[in-house]
Amino acid sequence: MTTSIVDAESLLAIDIGSVNTRALLFDVADGEYRFIASAVAPTTLAAPLADVSEGAQSALEKLERVSGRRLVDKDYHLIIPAQVDGSGVDRMVITFSAGRELRVITAALLPDVSLESANRLAASTYGRVVEAIGLTDNRRPGQQVDAILRAGADLIILAGGTDQGATRSIMRLAEIISLACRVMPSDRVPQVLYAGNAALAQKLRDTLAWYQIKVHAAPNIRPDIDTEDLVPAQELLAQVVGKIRSRQLGGLGNLAAHAGQVPLPTSHALGRIIRFLSQIYDPVKGVLGVDLGASWTVMAAGVAGSLTQRVEAFGLGSGITQVLKQFSLEEISRWFSLNIPAGVVRDYLFQKTLTPESLPIDEESLQIELGAARQILRYVSQDLLESLPGVPLSFEPILVGGAALCQAPNPQTALLTLLDGLQPVGITTLILDPYGLTPALGAAAGVNTLLPVQVFESSAYLNLATVISPFSQARFGTPVLRAILEDETGARTTTEVKQGSLALLPLHHGQVGKVYLEPLRGSVIDPRRKQVRSFKITGGILGVVIDARGRPLTLPADAGRRRELLAKWAASLNPAKVVR
Amino acid sequence: MQIPVTHTTPLATIRRTRMLPEAGRILVRAGQKVAATEAVAESPGNRQHILVDVRRALGLRSTEEADRLILRKVGEVLEKGDVIAESKGLFTRLVRAPQESTLVAAVNGQVLLRVEGAPRPILAGLSAQVVEVIPEHGVILENCGALVQGMWGNERVDQGMLVSLSDRPQDELTTAALDISMRGAVLLGGICTSAETLRAAADMSLRGMILASMPAELVPAARALPFPLILVEGFGQAPMNQTAFKLLKSNERREVCLNAERMDPLSGTRPEIFIPLNSGAALAPETADLVPGKTVRIKTRPYQGHTGTVVKIHDQAVALNGGLRSQAVVLKLENQEQVTVPLKNIDLLE
Repeated sequence: MTTSIVDAESLLAIDIGSVNTRALLFDVADGEYRFIASAVAPTTLAAPLADVSEGAQSALEKLERVSGRRLVDKDYHLIIPAQVDGSGVDRMVITFSAGRELRVITAALLPDVSLESANRLAASTYGRVVEAIGLTDNRRPGQQVDAILRAGADLIILAGGTDQGATRSIMRLAEIISLACRVMPSDRVPQVLYAGNAALAQKLRDTLAWYQIKVHAAPNIRPDIDTEDLVPAQELLAQVVGKIRSRQLGGLGNLAAHAGQVPLPTSHALGRIIRFLSQIYDPVKGVLGVDLGASWTVMAAGVAGSLTQRVEAFGLGSGITQVLKQFSLEEISRWFSLNIPAGVVRDYLFQKTLTPESLPIDEESLQIELGAARQILRYVSQDLLESLPGVPLSFEPILVGGAALCQAPNPQTALLTLLDGLQPVGITTLILDPYGLTPALGAAAGVNTLLPVQVFESSAYLNLATVISPFSQARFGTPVLRAILEDETGARTTTEVKQGSLALLPLHHGQVGKVYLEPLRGSVIDPRRKQVRSFKITGGILGVVIDARGRPLTLPADAGRRRELLAKWAASLNPAKVVR
Repeated sequence: MQIPVTHTTPLATIRRTRMLPEAGRILVRAGQKVAATEAVAESPGNRQHILVDVRRALGLRSTEEADRLILRKVGEVLEKGDVIAESKGLFTRLVRAPQESTLVAAVNGQVLLRVEGAPRPILAGLSAQVVEVIPEHGVILENCGALVQGMWGNERVDQGMLVSLSDRPQDELTTAALDISMRGAVLLGGICTSAETLRAAADMSLRGMILASMPAELVPAARALPFPLILVEGFGQAPMNQTAFKLLKSNERREVCLNAERMDPLSGTRPEIFIPLNSGAALAPETADLVPGKTVRIKTRPYQGHTGTVVKIHDQAVALNGGLRSQAVVLKLENQEQVTVPLKNIDLLE
């Protein structure tokens, strides 16, 4: 599908992360939308600047230099729309993950039903549920008012009642909320997102509006007791969060005014594109998006157009604080191939909470950060799969973003971190997003549906490797898979892979080959494609990797043996063995 | 390239804003001199609310009727037992205030009463003059002196005379170095590796402690100290950067204020060591140009606590030791060693 130049619109995407602000330029080249250039500058949300537009301005200036295209005029205003002299852009979209976590109160009727759905809705954005009020809450109303006031919430999600169901109990919750809001200073009154019984939406909006409380009504997240549908409410939630952040983050409101639309949470934009891709790719396998950032980790699983998402406050910048709360040092240290004393690990992680933007520049620091990365990936992926009963981590492809993985010292380190953390099963392709395009494409999808498709199919992404992870309960060292790789010339390489090992099949990056697989000792190649035996394959930068280390990956209890094995696995992906 | 500054300055005018989290009471006036430990404002404390259902208490059917029988107005202060509402008729029923409170809302036959908690004060954090009062919200303080900004603090405030126990920035502070003559002092130490030393210091009625660094496992002991503790370099066993160490040593025996507040990059708060000096000076800048010749300190391993002079700034990302790529600076350390570190790992000292 080509794009008519007449219809074509250039697009500038700005992503404001907690550490970096990225500017990305998309335009039509050779009749198709293409990613043109990107530039990065430090985010300027922190004091003393406290204005994200400064960082965006720096990123734009760099983008002008890289692309050779004038984007801002002499008064530092973005040139929009594009001019006949080639300067400027037609559209701008903004995504953000910077800022303190959003404080959310959930209020709903039944704890196991609507309150749980409201909590899941809250978990799809950069927030933390700081207070939950339900019908079975046995605190006195005054205490509930105190709880709401103490929570200092930015947002209240109110849900409950099936459509045409309960009304009085919801109005009672609304009354408690309105009482609390009435005694707050006017600039502290939170926004309310209502996603309950649709029949009550207008009444609730009118009632709370009387107390100057802004109510955003979304479709019911529990239209009936057995059905949960978060997607429409997630769309509205993203808009509401964008409005809240435009007010809270210095300079964001001004940028949004230039864009002419509300900035979107980066997590939402990622979820949107993953859901979209899951409609294009294999509906059985589904698509997984992973973004391991400085403050947040987002995982979004799209299966046949249905999205399940987790946004958790783990990261390798300010998100280290949550890492220290959630994981023991032993859980992080078990991934080190070096012997690093526990005190050094603890000191490094604590220091990182004080210098979240700093980078690891020695081997020990790097191992500590990547150990934390593995633990984060493991935890969030397990949490995600709990919401997808019966679905193994066998997505195709897995799309990976975030500086820790996309700017890892080498592709082998990125791959091993992903394999250890996610532990995929079956056949999957791991794709890196080194320019941070994915959220931009998700945001762009709201204004231009063709652009994401064409850019995604271009070469802007990096195919890290196709990974085959057979499932087997064979003993360590027992052959579990025979693989024959036939390259374009017809040359064949046969590899027998043993349980507990990692193996590389040599296929040049971008080269197409054919793989023949013979499972041994009852191993299963892919639980979601049981008949698979041979298929065409495209080489990633690490070719084709067979991960026969078992699932779940079990590490030896003895520290010495464990470190030896981890070093051996890392050596298995040694660049010397990789054919480029 | 303009970047934020970490103050390690022998003399500057320091201006600090102390804002209440919500509207409250200002306790000082413009022009007044305050000590570091003095409360300059207080916000309402942990308020509690009581919802009184007048309709139910009076046995009424409609909320409108209950609203009509409420005798008090929003904003009225009530004593315990004051009548809030009264039914009509031969046998009147009364609804009384359960405790001393303020009526803050009356709606749908209910009243919401607010019971005040103990106010929460905000301390000055440095000895200074109040230069501006922002009614109900906060104050701006100003003074001249030396300032060293640290990395971590145990969230306490105090002031006292600075006494140095270290000759070198890497010296370890041990229990043996502590004695009763230090009572009321702010101690300057190097590295502390033992919780025992902190516990011994806690028994000495010190006014504060300044360390280069300490292992993170000592955080619980540091938080339990009755006086402020500031780590200039943070966690680990890093020596204090030479610039800060020399500055503090040169101010020995002077009065020093420690505001060991938590570092928060978003709001810009960080632990501060302030030494008031009776000299005029320009206002300390919050950002400055990073150019060759400037002094910076390195915040992380393997050079944590070292200072260096900027030799070169790479405009583009360069490959670093270990393979990462980042925008970086070339520094000449005190030992003349030349190292390349990411821009994100340094603080510009001014």
